[in-house]
Amino acid sequence: MLTETQTEREDAQTIRELTYAEALREALQQAMQADETVFLLGEDIGVYGGAFGVTAGLVDEFGPERVRDTPISEAAIAGACAGAALTGMHPVGEIQFMDFVTLSMEQLALQAAKVRFMFGGKASVPMVLRMPAGSGTGAAAQHSESLENLLVHIPGLKVVMPSNAYDAKGLLLSSIYDGNPVMFVEHKLLYKTKSHVPEDMYQIPLSQANVVRVGRDLTVVATSIMVSRAEEAAKQLSGEGIELEIIDPRTLNPLDDTAIINSVIKTGRAIVIHEAVTTGGYGGEVVARIVGSRAFDYLEAPVRRLAGLDIPIPYNRELERHAVPQVENIIQEARNLVRGAY
Amino acid sequence: MGNKSTNGIQKLSKKRSIKLLKSIGSEESLKILERMYTIRAFEEKAEQLYSLGKTHGTMHLSIGQEATSLGACKAVRSGYDYLLNHHRGHGHCLAWGAELNLMMAEFMGKETGYCRGRGGSMHIADVERNNLGANGIVAGGIPMSVGVGLSIQMRATDQVCLVIFGDGAANTGPFHEALNMASIWNLPVIFLCENNQYAMSMAVKRAFNIDFISQRSSSYGIPGVTVDGNDFLAVYDVVSKAAKRARQGKGPTLVESLTYRWLGHSKSDRQLYRTREEVKEWRARDPIVRFANRLIRAAFLAEEDLETIKSRVDQSIQDALAFAESSPEPDVGTIMEGVYAD
Repeated sequence: MLTETQTEREDAQTIRELTYAEALREALQQAMQADETVFLLGEDIGVYGGAFGVTAGLVDEFGPERVRDTPISEAAIAGACAGAALTGMHPVGEIQFMDFVTLSMEQLALQAAKVRFMFGGKASVPMVLRMPAGSGTGAAAQHSESLENLLVHIPGLKVVMPSNAYDAKGLLLSSIYDGNPVMFVEHKLLYKTKSHVPEDMYQIPLSQANVVRVGRDLTVVATSIMVSRAEEAAKQLSGEGIELEIIDPRTLNPLDDTAIINSVIKTGRAIVIHEAVTTGGYGGEVVARIVGSRAFDYLEAPVRRLAGLDIPIPYNRELERHAVPQVENIIQEARNLVRGAY
Repeated sequence: MGNKSTNGIQKLSKKRSIKLLKSIGSEESLKILERMYTIRAFEEKAEQLYSLGKTHGTMHLSIGQEATSLGACKAVRSGYDYLLNHHRGHGHCLAWGAELNLMMAEFMGKETGYCRGRGGSMHIADVERNNLGANGIVAGGIPMSVGVGLSIQMRATDQVCLVIFGDGAANTGPFHEALNMASIWNLPVIFLCENNQYAMSMAVKRAFNIDFISQRSSSYGIPGVTVDGNDFLAVYDVVSKAAKRARQGKGPTLVESLTYRWLGHSKSDRQLYRTREEVKEWRARDPIVRFANRLIRAAFLAEEDLETIKSRVDQSIQDALAFAESSPEPDVGTIMEGVYAD
């Protein structure tokens, strides 16, 4: 968070705002300008600009070799990234929809994630694989999934999920230079959201959680689009005298659980919110970290999860909305938890 | 770009074989022969150590396939070019020039092994010398070879990538994705299908409806050639040509090397899927005897020198075993090392 003097200085410069998609594009552009070993590959990322426009225009600046359109071959995209990374390059692949990462899983789970360990720490795989997740676009069950926990469950992979434009740029730059295979999970509904994004090439360290909002009554651990929904809920709840503390882990694995545990010690209550389905979801991991820590002694209420229903994402607008947590659900859950109505 | 596929096994004329042998020279030829014996002796020792209960886990032995390993690896510049290979990989690794001591130590799970005992028989790699490792997943290395080829092309070196896989791999999806991608991008990759007639128990005759796996190349618009994999010179010739082509920027080649594994798939194999007569027939085509006879005919080798070579090989195996046995086990305190790059 900015200090007061920093804020004043930024004000004087007229704060520049970018969308999440623009912030990602700027990160890619700056990394490619700075380092010839950085290149992009994926389906329709060139002239088309990517299914969600993230790479729009980059082919004009860097050419079709560094902004490389691929056939529809998700296994080979992931494998090509791994092979190039093993031999001195810094590839940034794009999986058009996160759902399709299921087709890349062998190359990710059994190759990219494991070669370093299997080879006694003597190889490294500095690659990033970007993939848009999430529902809300009416794309139905095969183009709306949030599968981050499949990736979290694989040691050797890192999993990053930015929730705003500022983080998107800083986390992507960190991911490119991290030296490990980083699964970079974006959210489709966030692409057009704006926030302040400095022009500098800045990095946000991986595995460092962000305290998005300070509050005394309830710790909300939220990922990706759920962060802004939690912020909206917090505004409304504040009027009722309930103050939420919102923590965005930003990197799901390896997780910075200290920030979460310290917050729960302070508030005595916690809820974990994500869009992915509840069962086997990331929320379970966070809950386990909380209740297995010294925060347990401070708990005044059960630790709860608010996550997607255990169903595929439906097409119908109302059904789709009801499949994942919305602001009103967060308000309801938070209110119940703080008032002891569980 | 060629679109040719042979309708038979590539013949090596007597004249050409004499020419090849001359170009390799007597000294190098004898080293190659000695490496073939080393592979066989290593495999025999591996089997013996397993039956004595001295090793942990399974193994896949390559006895009978020595000519393919040496023919392919000697046709490229090991240590400068890249190698990706498969689960039956001891032979490739030794043909690439691996140090026997470090291999034996890895096989025995010791800290001094190539992968600090983390990889074992199925994952031996020598990253420093661009051996990017054996792979436990059928076809696992093929998509990565596309990335290696891409990396070579983008770094504009004259390296090539040799990727060796079995007949079973040619029926997986990633094989298709990768060969297509390597072809459209004209990558310097040699796809070597080491057809040893069986994917575990599945006979090539039952798993393919084509005469030669190399015919698949026509689908990708690249050359395909089938060669007698038990003839060192024939494999060497064909892979040399593929490497030259790759270095000249003419793209990938699919080479099919016909050979046979004398032993079972792994330790659990009762070999119910093939006849003793068939095994006997192939054993009669011993690739080492064949190369030794060629060297005798070329007057590079006197028959009585064979025993000297064999005893030198036996001694080196004994020394490697002594090194491995006296090497320390990995320290359990280091168990977490190598999962992530710092």
